[in-house]
Amino acid sequence: MNSVASAQQLPRLAHTGRVTWPRVAHSEWTKLRSLRSTRWSLFVAVLLTIAFPALFAAITSSHWGSMNAHERANRRPLEIALAGVNVSQLAIAVLGVLVITGEYSTGMIRASFTAVPKRLPVLWAKTVVFAIVAFLLMLPSVVIAFFASQAILSGHHILQISFSHPGVARSVIGGAVYLMLVGIFALGIGAIVRNTAGAIATFAGIFFVIPPLMNILPTSWNNAISQYLPSEAGRQIFSLTPGSHSLAPWPGGLLFAGYCALVLALAAVLLIRRDT
Amino acid sequence: MIEAEGLTKDYGDKRAVDGLSFTVHPGIVTGFLGPNGSGKSTTMRLILQLDSPSAGDVTVNGKHYRDHAGPLHQVGALLEARSVHTGRSAYNHLLALAQTHGIGRRRVDELIGLVGLHDVAKKRAGQFSLGMGQRLGIAAALLGDPATVMLDEPVNGLDPEGIHWMRNLLKGLAAEGRTVFVSSHLMSEMSLTADHLIVIGRGRKIADMSTEEFIRQASGNLVRVRSPQAAELEPLLSGPDVSVQGLGQGLLEVRGLTAAQIGDAAAANQFVIHELTPQQASLEEAFMTLTREDVEFKAAELEPEEAVL
Repeated sequence: MNSVASAQQLPRLAHTGRVTWPRVAHSEWTKLRSLRSTRWSLFVAVLLTIAFPALFAAITSSHWGSMNAHERANRRPLEIALAGVNVSQLAIAVLGVLVITGEYSTGMIRASFTAVPKRLPVLWAKTVVFAIVAFLLMLPSVVIAFFASQAILSGHHILQISFSHPGVARSVIGGAVYLMLVGIFALGIGAIVRNTAGAIATFAGIFFVIPPLMNILPTSWNNAISQYLPSEAGRQIFSLTPGSHSLAPWPGGLLFAGYCALVLALAAVLLIRRDT
Repeated sequence: MIEAEGLTKDYGDKRAVDGLSFTVHPGIVTGFLGPNGSGKSTTMRLILQLDSPSAGDVTVNGKHYRDHAGPLHQVGALLEARSVHTGRSAYNHLLALAQTHGIGRRRVDELIGLVGLHDVAKKRAGQFSLGMGQRLGIAAALLGDPATVMLDEPVNGLDPEGIHWMRNLLKGLAAEGRTVFVSSHLMSEMSLTADHLIVIGRGRKIADMSTEEFIRQASGNLVRVRSPQAAELEPLLSGPDVSVQGLGQGLLEVRGLTAAQIGDAAAANQFVIHELTPQQASLEEAFMTLTREDVEFKAAELEPEEAVL
C-alpha cells in the first residue's frame, strides 16, 4: 500500500449512466455467479437431481427378482426418474433464500439499495436471474435423470416408459419448472424474513412440516385442504397421474405459481416500507 | 449539496435524530461531529433513504436521493457498518455496483488502483482487515464520480499513512467543487480536515459554523487576571466584544482580549498586575464541554463494576 499516497486525484468518469432494468439484472448476475455458495448449491442440486434417480433405478433393478407382484406393480418409472426433484428442492430453496438473506446478514443490502434506491428492481432482477439460472440448470438435469434411470432399468420391460408417452414430457420438464418455482418461493420468503435461519425454517415449515400434519385432521378435511397447499399443488406439475384428492397438473402448477406471486408481492411491499 | 429540514427519526420510543436542519455546501469539507450514538450514522442513512424519517425531509442536489436517475453519480457513500458481502471478491463487489449504472470494468480497475487494493482485489472481502475494508468502501463510494461524497467515520481502522491519504483525498475532492460530508467522533481529526463543522449530540444540532469559528469559540481567548486593583481594572477592559467577569479576591476572567492587550492596557494606566494567564482550552476539551450534556452513556451512569473497565 505504498503507492497510494501519491495517487489522490479521483479520475473523472467520461460519461454518466442511469439505473436501468437490464443493468440491475446484469449486476445481479455478477452477484450470483461470484459467490462460492451459489456454485456449491447449484452443483449439489444438479448432482442430487441426477444421482438419486440413478441410485433408485439401480436398487430397483437389482432387487427386482425378490419383489412380489404387488411390490412390482407399485414401481413407477417416472417417479424413479424424478425422485431427485424431491431432494434437490432443498438445495434450490436454500440458495433462493441465501440470494437475498446473504445480503442482509453481511450488510451488502445497504450497498445494493444505495446503488438502486428504488429497491424493487433489485428484487425483480434477483428473482428473474435466479429463476433463469435454476431452470437452465435443472432442465438438462431432469432430462438426464429420466434417460439415465430408464437406461439402468432397460432390462425390465414393464419399467420402460417413452418420453413421447402422454404426460411424460410434461412431467419431466415440469420437474424443472417446479424446482424453479420452489427457488422463487424461497427467495420471496427470504426477502420477507430477511434472516437465513428464519427463512429456511419458514420454508421447511411450509413444505415439510405442515403437509404431514394434515394427516392429523379428519380424512375429509385433509382431502379437502391438502391439495391446495403450495407443496402439494406444486408437485402435480411433475406427477404423471394426479391422485383422487389432488389437483390436475395445470391447475396445481398455476396455483403454486400464484403462491409464488403472492409471496413476492408481500416481499415487495415490505421491501419498500421497511428500513434497511 | 445536502439540505435537511427538521429531520427526525424515532426507533420505537427512542429518538435517534431530533429535528435536524442543516445545509452541506459544495466546494468545502464539512465535518459531521458528535459522540458515538449521537445520530450521525442514522442521519446518513436517512439522507440515502435507507431509513425513512419519522418527520422532516432531506434532499441531495435538489432531489430525494431515490428520485435521481443515476444515484451513484449523485452521492458516493461509505457507511459505518460494513456493506460488503463477505464471500465476494473486492473486484466483483465493485463490478456488481458499477454495472447497475452501466459503469465499465476499466473504472473498477481505476478505483482499485486509487485506493491501493490491486494486490488483494481477487480476495474475498471477508478476509479483509478493517483498513482494507475501509479502502474498499471508499472505492465503492467514488465509483460513480459523485457530486457529493458522504463518508461515515472514514479514518476508522486506517493506519497513519492511510489517514494522511484520506485527508488529502477529501481536500482534493472538495477542491474539485464536490460536496464532501464526513462524520467523525474525533475532534482532532476534523480540525485538520474540515472547513465547516456541524456538531450534534443526542440527535440535536448543537453547532453549525466554520471550523475556525468553532476553534475560536472553543478556546474563547480566555485570560485570567489577578490584580489588587481588579475593581478599577474591570471597567477599563470592558468593551463591546469583551466580557469581564469578576471572580472575587482580585481575580478576573477576561474573554475577547489577548494577554498582551490586557498587560499593555494595565501598564498604560499604571495598574498592578499579579497574574496574567491565557487559559487554553484544547479542542478536545471544548468538544467535550459542548457535548457533555449530550453524550448518550456517561461513565458515571454505569454500574461501578462496569465503570472499572
